Amino acid sequence: MGIQDAADLDAPDLPTEPMPLNMGPSHPAMHGTVRMVLDVEGEKITNADVQIGYLHRCFEKEAEYATWTQIFPYTDRLNYVSPMLNNVGYAIAVEKLLDIDKKIPERAQYIRVIVGEISRITDHMTCLGAGAMELGAFTVFLYMLKGREWLYELQEEISGARLTHSFVRIGGVVGDLPAGYIDRLTEVLGKIRVILDDVSKLLDRNRIFRDRMDGIAIITKQEAMAYGLTGPVGRSTGLEYDVRRDHPYLVYDRFDFDVPVGSVGDNFDRYAVRVEEIKQSMSILEQALKQIPAGPVMLNDPRIALPSKAETYNSIEAMIAHFKIIMDGIHVPPGEVYSFTEGGNGELGFYLVSDGTGRPWKCRVRPPCVPAVAIMNKLLPGLFMADVVPTFGMMNMIGGECDR
Amino acid sequence: MAQLVLDRLLAQFGGGEIIKTGSQHGNEWARIRPDAWTAVCTFLRDDPTLSMEMLTDLTCVDRFGDEPRFDVVVHLYSVSKKHRVRLYGGVPEENPLIDSLVPLWPGADWPEREAYDLYGVRFAGHPDLRRLLMYPEFIGHPLRKDYPKEKRQPLVRRQAGSLD
Amino acid sequence: MGFEFVYSSKLEAAVNWARKFSLFSYPFVTACCGMEYMSTAAPKYDIARFGSEFPRFSPRQADLLIIVGTITERQGPALRRIYEQMCEPKWVIAFGVCASTGGFYQNYSTMPGADQVVPVDVYIPGCPPRPEQVLDALIMLQERIQRGEGHSQIAMRVDQGFDVPAASVRPISRITEHGEKAKVK
Repeated sequence: MGIQDAADLDAPDLPTEPMPLNMGPSHPAMHGTVRMVLDVEGEKITNADVQIGYLHRCFEKEAEYATWTQIFPYTDRLNYVSPMLNNVGYAIAVEKLLDIDKKIPERAQYIRVIVGEISRITDHMTCLGAGAMELGAFTVFLYMLKGREWLYELQEEISGARLTHSFVRIGGVVGDLPAGYIDRLTEVLGKIRVILDDVSKLLDRNRIFRDRMDGIAIITKQEAMAYGLTGPVGRSTGLEYDVRRDHPYLVYDRFDFDVPVGSVGDNFDRYAVRVEEIKQSMSILEQALKQIPAGPVMLNDPRIALPSKAETYNSIEAMIAHFKIIMDGIHVPPGEVYSFTEGGNGELGFYLVSDGTGRPWKCRVRPPCVPAVAIMNKLLPGLFMADVVPTFGMMNMIGGECDR
Repeated sequence: MAQLVLDRLLAQFGGGEIIKTGSQHGNEWARIRPDAWTAVCTFLRDDPTLSMEMLTDLTCVDRFGDEPRFDVVVHLYSVSKKHRVRLYGGVPEENPLIDSLVPLWPGADWPEREAYDLYGVRFAGHPDLRRLLMYPEFIGHPLRKDYPKEKRQPLVRRQAGSLD
Repeated sequence: MGFEFVYSSKLEAAVNWARKFSLFSYPFVTACCGMEYMSTAAPKYDIARFGSEFPRFSPRQADLLIIVGTITERQGPALRRIYEQMCEPKWVIAFGVCASTGGFYQNYSTMPGADQVVPVDVYIPGCPPRPEQVLDALIMLQERIQRGEGHSQIAMRVDQGFDVPAASVRPISRITEHGEKAKVK
């Protein structure tokens, strides 16, 4: 299935003229905003120039003016499809600078795993649903969004916000799981399994879908390494690299899960790897819900954790401590750290430089989807116009993260 | 574990190419003399015991007030050996120029364009050094510490009070 | 339009009634708010119930521009171009606090509100707003359309020689609306 080479279809007696074609920055198939300047000959692309930066919101400049805690809302809006994973990644980076990353209470670590994996599921569901919708499978989109809505409600229950949670803090998390949360999450996971089965029935043997997926935009393992591709896109090429398994953080070394890898590196592999990762995430969630211990959810250290509300209102010491942490920020010793976690799209790195004050000197995020978008310049020439949309969809560019 | 990388580097380059090495928070780093930038990186990529196949990240730090002012920071990762290293290449403010790593890792293309865009560091040998995130009309390099945070350079504005 | 406008005539009321329930939206989706826009369009909240059925991804087919997400200086000309391509009468909703004011992004690249380049009829606060808020804003806009107080409806009337000061536009408030209705009875 699938047409391997666009040249096979070119009719010799129909001469075509090269034409520049501009896709974006506002285009229905562009989730987020990106502009593609394509040179086309007939339906065939001869040259591509992908331009990003239409959503450059200056994460780094804003972070230099915010205290270490105030950066959490900005990290939410990096990869806004899986905000919790960014929260967790950033918190771990600051904790490494503070040398408290080994002292985080266990329950807080489990809660971070749980909210992070829920976020990963919403990320992949959105990517697959939107990618399928762009190929005309609107039902899949509605099914996936229905499932995502249940997960958003669970996230809202725990953090108070549907999408931009800012739930993780340096030293732990804001609050404990609400009563009955584990049962509700287990129930939702069961319903999501049903959705995945339905989607698989709709897509896996769908001729329209497979024709735009099979053998299109193949990336080899060598290219993936040279371009720095990680996450589902990197793994679809056979590159077995998952931060959760290769460099475990939090409590990921206590879970039994597989790292799915593709064999071809085409669009369909990227789709299949994501579907499988949703299943693995659900398995991690179920194990975490079984193992989660009781205990505090915040580090007991008055230099880092805010005092409780009752204390703040009733004792002068706690009020001063609260004021100092809010106004000055947590004082992080001078130093530099590169901390990496597995984000929704791959290795999410935070490179922090501290000069010893309450605000970072530099806060760089290593966006996992930039390499995936950068390789589009190389992948697109030789493809058909109709292949642009599914290829771009499966790269899962998230504007907030790509342009920061 | 990644101390091995620093040991190999120090053993290979004895002529002052490696200015300083260190380890902090589980990250090993080495400060490289900028004229040896390509040589060191080629060695890191091609040496069979190191084999840094992946350029994870390339960025720049503005050490405002220090000399050299800009540090080009590269994070390398070996997928097969699972170790990492961070390299610094200091470039002065008057002539911020360093070798491009695109011939070694094509993934360095966009990060180098970004560093050029936001910090004004130029990369010798980069195939297409344009602005990446800001628009071509933009003047200055906004992530430098001396660029005001709210200095906008609008391309288009509507007349105040008009219905259209 | 093929007929003369008469201020507050029965015909205009009928036309506005038809317009308010057949809004074709152009979602100018840029950022995080797009996720909530998707939720609003998805089964649970179902924006189609309010006559704003399916997004049209061509500005020439749309009469409602929904600016969903942060607008940067680089994006500004594209937004302006899309607004200009839409046919009169047209309406604009700023979806989320970034499109309304720039939100907490106050820096060299982010535009302090989409109304720096295009006029806006209804602003939705929230970062991102909940789908219920979006539906509420849509109902507010429909009321404004019925009264003929959209920015381009006023501009069209000004073009036809009517003296309509922009200050005459009433603020939209659900409470006053009900209050007025109660007074009429």
